[in-house]
Amino acid sequence: MSKSWFTPRNVFVAALLVVLALLPVYSSMIGNAFLLSLFTRILILGMAAVSLNLIMGFGGMVSFGHAAYLGIGGYAFGILAKEGITTGFIQWPVAIIVCGLFALVVGALCLRTRGVYFIMITLAFAQMAYYIAIALDRYGGDDGMTIYKRSEFGGFINLSNKTLFYYLCFALLLAAVYLVWRLVNSRFGMVIQGARSNERRMGAIGFPTFRYKLTCFVISGMLCGLSGVLLANHTDFINPSVMSWIRSGDLMVMAVLGGMGTVFGPVIGAVAFLLLEEGLSRLPEIGGVHLGEFPGLILGPMLLAVALYARGGIDGILTGLRRG
Amino acid sequence: MLYFIEQCLNGIQLGMLLFLLAAGLTLIFGIMDLVNLAHGSLYMIGAYFAATFAAWTGSFVAGAALALVATLLVGMALEVLTIRKLYGRDHLDHVLGTFGLILFFNDAVRWIWGPAGMTLPLPSEMLTAVQVLPGVYYPAYRLVIIVATLVVAFLLYILVMRTRVGMLIRAGASNREMVGALGVNIKLLYTLVFGLGAALAGFAGLMQAPILTVQIGMGENILILAFVVIIIGGIGSIRGAFVAAIIVGLIDTIGRAFLPDLMRTFVSYSAGSSAGPALSSMIIYLLMAVVLVFRPEGLFPAARR
Repeated sequence: MSKSWFTPRNVFVAALLVVLALLPVYSSMIGNAFLLSLFTRILILGMAAVSLNLIMGFGGMVSFGHAAYLGIGGYAFGILAKEGITTGFIQWPVAIIVCGLFALVVGALCLRTRGVYFIMITLAFAQMAYYIAIALDRYGGDDGMTIYKRSEFGGFINLSNKTLFYYLCFALLLAAVYLVWRLVNSRFGMVIQGARSNERRMGAIGFPTFRYKLTCFVISGMLCGLSGVLLANHTDFINPSVMSWIRSGDLMVMAVLGGMGTVFGPVIGAVAFLLLEEGLSRLPEIGGVHLGEFPGLILGPMLLAVALYARGGIDGILTGLRRG
Repeated sequence: MLYFIEQCLNGIQLGMLLFLLAAGLTLIFGIMDLVNLAHGSLYMIGAYFAATFAAWTGSFVAGAALALVATLLVGMALEVLTIRKLYGRDHLDHVLGTFGLILFFNDAVRWIWGPAGMTLPLPSEMLTAVQVLPGVYYPAYRLVIIVATLVVAFLLYILVMRTRVGMLIRAGASNREMVGALGVNIKLLYTLVFGLGAALAGFAGLMQAPILTVQIGMGENILILAFVVIIIGGIGSIRGAFVAAIIVGLIDTIGRAFLPDLMRTFVSYSAGSSAGPALSSMIIYLLMAVVLVFRPEGLFPAARR
């Protein structure tokens, strides 16, 4: 560990934080509301990626169903809003608790298994949540439902103010990053990371690893549930596709692209992935082909390349700059 | 009662489809230790090829045969170009890399065939219904699917258990280095196995094409069901995949057909109407959970793992 904090990576992270902090000012200066909306989304999904990274990057639990928590958090909020409970003081805790309970049940089952079974089972349970959402006729079924009122916080915070909402998301994202940082550097986090490299040894030392891992899984689910609430507040809409498994894959890509097992990496990954997606969709027509309509032709091989050649993600590249 | 028999046949037909997908997945996992999410893309490609070739040749059977060969070739090319580099890597790398392939294939198909989707008309002789039991008529084509898959399952069994190639496949699964040291071209063997898996997925896709619309992303949801099948059956076990596919197919189909009505008789009509569909979409996942609680390795864990 180097004593100096002045590394390319830290400079990059600091610069990114400044950009994120000043973005609303810039977007109002140039009068581009879309930019603010895009970055609000980036912050929210960044938080989901941070929550996934907690179990995947530090705990070695590759969850392929994390989008379920986005959806369950969003639906819990949306259903309460539709049933007339509009105060965030009830909506948000309920949404987070429901996600925690779902994570508790799913985690207890999934953690009985290892490796590829774990990947597929988290995927399958998320898919179950997806199909249940489709079956909810009263709440829009396949079409989803519009949420007419954002969460109310008794006049303190007006979430309809887009700039204010952006800064709320920013603050919560920073809080989530801080929470993960504190967690992984605590004794709890050491047990989790120890269990990732050698679970049997951690067990032999006397740590009930199952309980530790399950707790970690539940915390991650609750954090992701909070980003689900934010996402539904942001779009004023919730539908089952929020929890489709492609979305779970996106979250995974964000975490890996930014740098797994680093505290801030998933935020970098979310910024990079969503900007890339946005940028690719605007590619011009080249030789009669509208490249922008087929972003997957470029994005897909890029992901394959990341899997093959850049496991440390962007964070790894930035850290490598100093060494090399 | 007649309705029940019809639903059972539908369930078996779904089970056959799931088996074709799950067999390829579980073969590739069991032998190369590779998680292939792009398996559903090969299913989709098989269906698109079948629709295209059938339109060119004017014959369903010729189109299907060409599509099968084409999917086999695509699978082998895919293995040589990308999949080969993923062997021996972390499962997370497999997931990420093959997830990238899904995005690629979806847009590649959209580019080549357009976003609209296609239909594959059935030959007229398969449009009829066959009397399977006194008073029970069932679409001939769905029976063709069931019989054809049973034949494929039998051939697969013969191939893996009774032929020299199958012996090499099984030996390669237990000890790759040893088989390589004995002078077997293990690279070629893996390419062939991946191609075989692709062909099985393509076969599932082309058989299903006349029943559904051929469209982008059609392999994605069915792939998850195939995952459920191999989790229940035990990863790497073809026999497990076969049994689990039929169980899952039957339970899913029968659950969807009867659970909403059953719920309405127990609780109030409106509560049953809303809870019934939700419960029937949960049912196979509940089954999976129950199997996991009692047998985390699946019903027929592959002996070598």
